[in-house]
Amino acid sequence: MLELIDVRKTFNAGTINEKKALQGVNLHLKEGDFVTVIGGNGAGKSTVLNAIAGVWPIDSGMIKIDGVDVAHLSEHQRAKFLGRVFQDPMMGTAATMEIEENLAIAARRGKRRTLRWRISAKERAEYRQALATLELGLEDRMTAKVGLLSGGQRQAVTLLMATIQKPKVLLLDEHTAALDPKTADKVLKLSEKIISENNLTALMVTHNMQNAIDYGNRLIMMNNGQIILDVSGEEKKALTVDMLLKKFSEISGTGFANDRALLS
Amino acid sequence: MFINYLQSLPAAIAQGMIWGIMAIGVYITYRILDVADLTVDGSICTGAAVCAVMIIGGQPMWLAILAAILVGMLTGLVTGIFHVFMGIPAILAGILTQLVLWTANLKIMGAANRALPAMKFNLLVARLDLYKSIFILILFVFAVVALLYLFFGTEFGASIRATGANLNMSRAQGINTNLTKIFGLVLSNGLVALSGALLAQYQGNSDINMGKGAIVIGLAAVIIGEALFGWMARNNFAIKLFTVVLGSIVYYIVYTTVIYLGLDADYLKMLSAILVAIFLAVPYWKKNLKKSSPKNKPIKEKKAKEVA
Ligand SMILES: Nc1ncnc2c1ncn2[C@@H]1O[C@H](COP(=O)(O)OP(=O)(O)O)[C@@H](O)[C@H]1O
Ligand SMILES: [Mg+2]
Repeated sequence: MLELIDVRKTFNAGTINEKKALQGVNLHLKEGDFVTVIGGNGAGKSTVLNAIAGVWPIDSGMIKIDGVDVAHLSEHQRAKFLGRVFQDPMMGTAATMEIEENLAIAARRGKRRTLRWRISAKERAEYRQALATLELGLEDRMTAKVGLLSGGQRQAVTLLMATIQKPKVLLLDEHTAALDPKTADKVLKLSEKIISENNLTALMVTHNMQNAIDYGNRLIMMNNGQIILDVSGEEKKALTVDMLLKKFSEISGTGFANDRALLS
Repeated sequence: MFINYLQSLPAAIAQGMIWGIMAIGVYITYRILDVADLTVDGSICTGAAVCAVMIIGGQPMWLAILAAILVGMLTGLVTGIFHVFMGIPAILAGILTQLVLWTANLKIMGAANRALPAMKFNLLVARLDLYKSIFILILFVFAVVALLYLFFGTEFGASIRATGANLNMSRAQGINTNLTKIFGLVLSNGLVALSGALLAQYQGNSDINMGKGAIVIGLAAVIIGEALFGWMARNNFAIKLFTVVLGSIVYYIVYTTVIYLGLDADYLKMLSAILVAIFLAVPYWKKNLKKSSPKNKPIKEKKAKEVA
């Protein structure tokens, strides 16, 4: 479903700020894979997701979604394959637009935007149902501006927007990191529910190792712009946080004492 | 004489409506698209020049106005290309187009000024026939508001609003933000040129300097409209657009009053600039106040930017 072959990206090449953010990333996701991504700050997790989404062009390598080489497509062209939720709840929704307007915009991802009315009565009924599944009471506030919602509510709406049209790949970048623990847990559970119900292929970055172990069928760890660990199936189920820490220090060669800080 | 003052109010209302159409153009870029577009200082004159020259050349009124709108849209396209495809910051892109238009406007008119006397031509609006002008301007304002209301209610119109509201979200949702930005600039300057076409008729000439400071008048109208009449709008987009026109009318009533009181009208541009500056500063000051309160975590903000 998603294939990354030797993807490389250097920011600010040739300056003192040069940063080799991706140093040959290889990744192959099968349909229905739900992959959690962990790694220290600056390891390149967001950069991988941004490379897939086409926020900027990669330096070399190949990115294929469902067999289509997308490396040369712009961000908005790739959007038709992707659902995205960001760390910052402000980033995924238009605050000055209504909840239903945001959903209607998402429902037209990858389609031509015409001079037809932006939302139909039939859609409105569909959105009401979809919003009700969030269990946040948003189905009764469909014409409220998204800016009035809390961070958790906004992430839930963004999640709905990302999946209202089934994406080939769902990209979640620490999408619960800015929320309080209780809300984060709720949004995480919701994410899992949507992913499993729709059999989505997903990449979820998280800074919480326990979550990375508990969710998904596969786990990858990044360090220094590379994937240094890739575990799935039974092996993943058997993982513990301590094992992850130990693996990290083995592979990355840093002292064990630093790792907890590095990874969290 | 107070009676003179009262008699000058209809003229202020007419002028306010003409400039109000321009201010709606400014509203589209400044409020909806979230770019400050300085093209308007030039494109209002372009609209006036095209309309005046065509009427003088014996073309029918509707064609002259249509041509003014189309050429005005073209000026927005130029700024859009400077900004979107050449990576020039929006403000600079607008200033560059202004300069392009300085030359273009002179070449269109063939002179720095073209007279368009109402005695000689059958004009839609004219200072001499105020009540007819006001009636026609009301029709124009309603037509503009209605069309924009419908347009921004469509799928494509909503994608322009989304672009201004959240660029990141728009791209993630597959909106071609280059296209929507350019289209917003095109639409805005088409309206500005329409305003210019009406202004040339109203004041009986088209002049190379007529657009100087137009952007400030437009912003002032938007700001005054929101401050005084914002309560009426709630979430209704059509009423929001009307409040812009009302803001512009208030601006010209103040202008007329200042002149009536015998104050030096030359100060008015300075005063409107200061007014606009203060109103633009308010949201900035508010944000800074919030930032310095302990509730806000600057670290989170930095992280969010990195991801972007
Ligand atoms: N747009 C950018 N410009 C410059 N440097 C960047 C950019 N995006 C990421 N980086 C750098 O690349 C490295 C990896 O960043 P990122 O992928 O955001 O890390 P994380 O694993 O924490 O998500 C960091 O050093 C970061 O500063
Ligand atoms: Mg990150």
